[in-house]
Amino acid sequence: MKTILSRPVYGTLSPQAGKSHLLIADAEGASAILDLAKKAPEDFFAHAHIMFIPGRTGDSFQASLKALKPAQYYEGPSVAAALPRLNWTLANAHMGLRMYLAGTEGLIGQMMQAAIEAGIDPASIQTEHRGSWARRIQCVHCKGITENVTTQPATCSHCGLLLLVRDHYSKRHAAFQGVCINAEDPTEIPQTEEIFR
Amino acid sequence: MSAGTNKLNVTVTEVVAVNELVKRFHFERTDGGNLPTFSGGAHVVVEMRDGDITRLNPYSLMSSPLSTRDYTISVRRDDVGRGGSLFMHNRVKRGMEMVISYPVNLFSLDLRARKHLMIAGGIGITPFLAQTAQLASYGGNFELHYTCRSEALGSYTEVLRERYGNRVNLYYDEHNERIPLERLLATQPLGTHIYVCGPAGMIKWVRDTAGAHGWPDDSVHYEHFAAPQPGTPFDVKLAVSGLEIRVGEQQSLLEAIEAAGVDPPYLCRGGVCGQCETNVISYDGTFKHNDHWLSDEEHCSGKKIMPCVSRFEGRSLVLER
Repeated sequence: MKTILSRPVYGTLSPQAGKSHLLIADAEGASAILDLAKKAPEDFFAHAHIMFIPGRTGDSFQASLKALKPAQYYEGPSVAAALPRLNWTLANAHMGLRMYLAGTEGLIGQMMQAAIEAGIDPASIQTEHRGSWARRIQCVHCKGITENVTTQPATCSHCGLLLLVRDHYSKRHAAFQGVCINAEDPTEIPQTEEIFR
Repeated sequence: MSAGTNKLNVTVTEVVAVNELVKRFHFERTDGGNLPTFSGGAHVVVEMRDGDITRLNPYSLMSSPLSTRDYTISVRRDDVGRGGSLFMHNRVKRGMEMVISYPVNLFSLDLRARKHLMIAGGIGITPFLAQTAQLASYGGNFELHYTCRSEALGSYTEVLRERYGNRVNLYYDEHNERIPLERLLATQPLGTHIYVCGPAGMIKWVRDTAGAHGWPDDSVHYEHFAAPQPGTPFDVKLAVSGLEIRVGEQQSLLEAIEAAGVDPPYLCRGGVCGQCETNVISYDGTFKHNDHWLSDEEHCSGKKIMPCVSRFEGRSLVLER
């Protein structure tokens, strides 16, 4: 599918040479870690730290992730709750740490944002999209972030403008850009469709 | 004339013997004024007119990028090389006018790095003299590990120690000292970039070890100018210009092409920059690839050659030049 250059492109997780491994996933992203485990060298998880945010998948992945016997395992309710732990982990990390992100675009984007802030080269981070395509958007007018947007257009949860959700992605904000869709005539309300499932 | 090979007329203002093997040369613009700005890691190509032979050798600029009043380079004498360093050592004197290229940087600092870890071997120290000066000017975070054969042959060890104190770590072969590479690689903060300049074996050691320790390729920088190796003379057909040339024993393929009046692009003349990459139209024989530019697959493909450092042995070679 042809799109604009800033639209992130995701790959498939694969084990990298490294001294330690930080794997972060939300919801169905856990299955990407389980798939990576099938290709990983024997002692891979002895040097691994898994951070998992189950979200809509409830308790369906925890047991299999723990069965990989990672050196550290964390589970949290949200990206926001996991970020302080991630920042602390990165502040104490050394070169040789490899990072793997899997799941929704919101998770991948925000964790990558924290990693870039800590000095990691984004090109060295493995990413894989799994699960929902719901988007995290920034309203370009009020700058508020609206999470889990599945519709086109979408209402800004801060200022209430009706926004066209663009493919234009900001790595710095870890969000897609939302631009007012009816600025000329606010009475014109286009039909709302659920397209980011 | 190829891009990046604009020339500068310069005068040699000083020649200093640094030690038994190394001499330093200072160049100023012959017409006065400042030289072009450059960044740490840049090199210039020095033209050496030696009778019928013109040698073009790349040397890293070692002076501070903060001053463009003069450029300085250091040349290690190679008694068994093709004669460029001997020309610099024996023939270049103070007051002599020479021609050098504009500076080109194929070994620049990645300024996104949180820390710069530098590893030098022998005369490979020269680009780091410029890079450390650049970083020190604004409090940049760096650490230099420099290995030399002996204290007597360690160029600029004292000046580096004096300028940067314990950010400079020295290792001497004569005392059996070795860079503790594994420990260094395991203890660097996130966002560290590594830079290595020195003998080919050292560069390979650092790149391989860093890769195995999980350092991303983009955080590992290296520079090694391969001097063109002498070899058996061979004949080449240049298809575009319709010429047949012979490459002499002491001549590189690029030099032979230039001697025939064809002017391919070049920047480094050391197998690094990729500018002179040339398509092979047909061949019957064996390539002697010596560059760091083409991939292993390209080396095996028989479709490309870097004429600055690579040679050929066999019956026929036709190039798209």
